[in-house]
Amino acid sequence: MKYRVDWEGGLVAVTLFLCIWTGLAMLINRPIVPPPWEVIPVFAREMGGELGKHMLVSAGRVLSAIALAVITAAPAGLILGQSETLNRFLFPLIALVHPIPKIVFLPVILILLGSGDLSKVTLIAMILFFQILVVVRDEAAGLRPELIMSVRSLGAGRRALFRYVYLPASLPAVLTALRVSVGTAVAVLFITETYATRSGLGYYIVVETWQVLRYREMYAGILAMSLLGLGLYSVIGLLERRVARWKAAK
Amino acid sequence: MTQPMITVANVTFGYDPAKPIFERFSWHVEDGESWAVIGPSGCGKSTLLYLLAGLRRPQSGKVVIGGKPVTRPRPETGLILQDYGLLPWATVWENAALGLNIRRFYGPDGKHSPRSYRISDPDARVRLWLERLGLIEHKDKFPAQLSGGQRQRTAIARTLALEPDLLLMDEPFSSLDALTRESLQDLIVTLRAETGVVTVIVTHNIEEAVFLGQKILVLGAPPNREPSVVVNPGAGTRDYRSSREFLGKCTYLRKLLGGALEIPR
Repeated sequence: MKYRVDWEGGLVAVTLFLCIWTGLAMLINRPIVPPPWEVIPVFAREMGGELGKHMLVSAGRVLSAIALAVITAAPAGLILGQSETLNRFLFPLIALVHPIPKIVFLPVILILLGSGDLSKVTLIAMILFFQILVVVRDEAAGLRPELIMSVRSLGAGRRALFRYVYLPASLPAVLTALRVSVGTAVAVLFITETYATRSGLGYYIVVETWQVLRYREMYAGILAMSLLGLGLYSVIGLLERRVARWKAAK
Repeated sequence: MTQPMITVANVTFGYDPAKPIFERFSWHVEDGESWAVIGPSGCGKSTLLYLLAGLRRPQSGKVVIGGKPVTRPRPETGLILQDYGLLPWATVWENAALGLNIRRFYGPDGKHSPRSYRISDPDARVRLWLERLGLIEHKDKFPAQLSGGQRQRTAIARTLALEPDLLLMDEPFSSLDALTRESLQDLIVTLRAETGVVTVIVTHNIEEAVFLGQKILVLGAPPNREPSVVVNPGAGTRDYRSSREFLGKCTYLRKLLGGALEIPR
């Protein structure tokens, strides 16, 4: 599968990454691009203190946003996928709203929901919501009527259809949507954390390190943010492979 | 038994109500019978099966099975479709157990599952049918990894694990090669002899209709008003296929469908 990385490939990637980083640091040769051997020890030290705490806060926010998006978008997608009438009237609205970059609502959301976690989580969830909604709707609409009828003939009503058909049918799609949009989610997280807050990786990178010229610590923060994105991406990819085992089997 | 197993009484149905497929159509099936339904494409043979299965509701008239009007899928009725009936993400075992799992999900509520339904060991039941149908060594495979015949046997195992008293089949074997098709037809004959399950099979294959249908319902271009029935008492024995009578019935049915003969009323 396309996102499968084996052990050796991974090692080569990390080595190459460190080489490029070193090369750039030597080429530019200014404090704004420190080499890896200066950053990594700082990262290890900071993770045990301030940075570790900020990373946990950020991870908590992005995971809450994922949870919020899944529990709202998946049922909505299933309903739209099952009802042609609802889909006909509501999907144009979704198609209209979907491409709007949700980040532009940051000021509005900060005013309406305050500067706490709720506003950050809501904004990220809004981005994930549309991604998930669209794929779940397609998945539910793509189920063959023969399949639904044959399961109904086994006695399944609405609840059993949900449990045995719609849920397992849409789960891989939900995970695919999350995997492709988790990068955006972390990027938006970064932006929200640079406003009106005193916690999170965004705050750490911009306020605590960049603005006071602690570049090594700033890079430790960037590394933490990258690892957060990579971790989420890998875990989602792993789950996706597990639930989509049947797609690979042939 | 004096009461018919299935009564279709004055049923009118059409996806477009202005163009009914069935118009005041009445038909009945007695206990223990095996029926085949045949006719050209678009004659409504699959629609008839969906009406019997409770997946479609007639616009007027009613369908009564086992003494009760059918308003939703009846738990004692089994349905086997041509393809796409298996969950692609579930293994053979999970597919075969699906009906039993759905029954456990609802409990014996009389609506989704028969009121009298009690089963002590559903796994043993699934295993029994998978072994019986030669699928046990494939139990961890997904439908996409099976041959067409194995897929259909999985669908049959899933349905038979629920011990239906009525088995409805919509072109169940038409996507299979000739040998596989015949072996599954033989399987249906054997199962009927063992369990006495009432069968209604929709097919466009003349040989299949004659081999499996002791009575053959011939449908024509819609709207269908009167049932035309060919009686075929020889069906239901394994060696019927090689008999002179079988060939005669096939020829007769072929002419009938080709319009060379008047349909008997």
